[in-house]
Amino acid sequence: MNVIFENFALYRDGFFKTLYICGYAMVGSLILGTILAGFRVSPVPPLRWIGTSWVNVFRNCPLTVVLFFCAFGLPEVGINGAYFWFSIVALVLYTSAFVCEAVRSGINSVPAGQAEAARAVGLTFGQSLTSIILPQAIRTVVPPLGSVIIAMIKNSAIVGAFGVGGELFAVSDTLTGSRGEAALPVLTGIVIAYLLITLPAGAFLGWLERKVAIAR
Amino acid sequence: MSASVLYDAPGPRAKRRVLLFSILAVAGLLAGLYVVYRQLDKQNQFDADKWTPLFDPSDAQFNLVWNRISEGLANTLMAAVLAVVFSLIIGTLLAVTRVTSAPWYRWIVVGFIELLRGIPVVIAIFFVARVLPEFGVSLEPMWYLVIGLTLYNSVVIAEIVRAGINSLPKGQREAAESLGLTRGQVLRLVLLPQAFRAMLPALISQLVVILKDTSLGFIISYEETVRVGGQIVQVLSNPIQTYLLIAVIFIIVNYALSRFAIYVERRLSQGKKAVKTDEGAAVVHADDLAGAGATNVG
Repeated sequence: MNVIFENFALYRDGFFKTLYICGYAMVGSLILGTILAGFRVSPVPPLRWIGTSWVNVFRNCPLTVVLFFCAFGLPEVGINGAYFWFSIVALVLYTSAFVCEAVRSGINSVPAGQAEAARAVGLTFGQSLTSIILPQAIRTVVPPLGSVIIAMIKNSAIVGAFGVGGELFAVSDTLTGSRGEAALPVLTGIVIAYLLITLPAGAFLGWLERKVAIAR
Repeated sequence: MSASVLYDAPGPRAKRRVLLFSILAVAGLLAGLYVVYRQLDKQNQFDADKWTPLFDPSDAQFNLVWNRISEGLANTLMAAVLAVVFSLIIGTLLAVTRVTSAPWYRWIVVGFIELLRGIPVVIAIFFVARVLPEFGVSLEPMWYLVIGLTLYNSVVIAEIVRAGINSLPKGQREAAESLGLTRGQVLRLVLLPQAFRAMLPALISQLVVILKDTSLGFIISYEETVRVGGQIVQVLSNPIQTYLLIAVIFIIVNYALSRFAIYVERRLSQGKKAVKTDEGAAVVHADDLAGAGATNVG
């Protein structure tokens, strides 16, 4: 296990880099996914088509392909940037489809009477969605949204495999590959690092769920 | 579509407004597509040599490219099917032992499940591929991928099967036990067949996940579809076109699988309707799915 202590700085930096990537991707996909869910339930058919196609495309396509598309395709069309940002774009594109489905299921779980009441007091579709329906919907979908976010954290490991240096998976690749360290202790350390992110995240989401749950 | 929760059947004014917004949305979409098109055109992404090897049978490289892609697809399917079969076997064993065993053993199983659920599947695959050789076990890359995927998915399937067993009415087990069946027989003859039936749609959906995850074989040099795509890109230097093609292949296969899962779920819920008298609930359930299906088409 010495390898973990000798390379502690590497592990620590990888841990925080992974957290950064996950933080940006989480915020981005929650916002985009919620907007898409709004599209999918809107009265305007073309918006519904956009939402539906988005979900079907990104739910059925491997994240690896989305990542490669962003990383190697975007430079081809003259969009240049760091792999770091391409990886976040890919994670957001992919995860937002799952967020959209979770939020939509929450919208469907809000009793119809709530929307009727909102209309009765004269709110428009946009107003009733943003101030009546969504706040309730999001509270009911904390558990599925939590699973989506935890899956996203785990998916972020893939970005290290295609060229984002310094995050946790890339650290394990560097140590076991070019430095030739024994794989078992290196990878045990990496697994512990991921568990340090996913287990507290799961516990936090469980707490949040109990705190905001609506009895329905 | 249950969106009717949010708005009434539109009257004349609302219809006009919906039409207006539709036109705006379509115009916005077309404008966006045009920007993408112009950018692609400006960067010469519509040059014939980037497309014909993939889509024009008369191109000299067409057969070569598609031979490689079909090899990749065969490898993807092979790894996915093996991973599914092994995950099913191990997942069922885990679920059964978790349901029936002594508490101390159950805690081991729960710990195992929580551990494997908390780590990224790409780490599981990498772990297998790097650590097994240290213990003198050298395998083909495919087996590292299959073992990694199995480790990860068996615990997911274990949870699915356990949920299936728990969803059965308590009377099933009691009736079977009162007939004098042993615990093993109760599980094997009465509970598991029903649990699998109830869980079939969830299991088919898990197939989609496994198919997508085979693409992680690229980190351990397994020649599945995405890695083959990478090799094609290196030769033809057309990442956009090649990855687009591969994405479309995956989307078609996985979309078909998802629809199949919905179809099976509907069939099963219809079967239940005939058995149980709980007709109202079954009808609502089937309608929900029909609605989801209809929006999926749109």
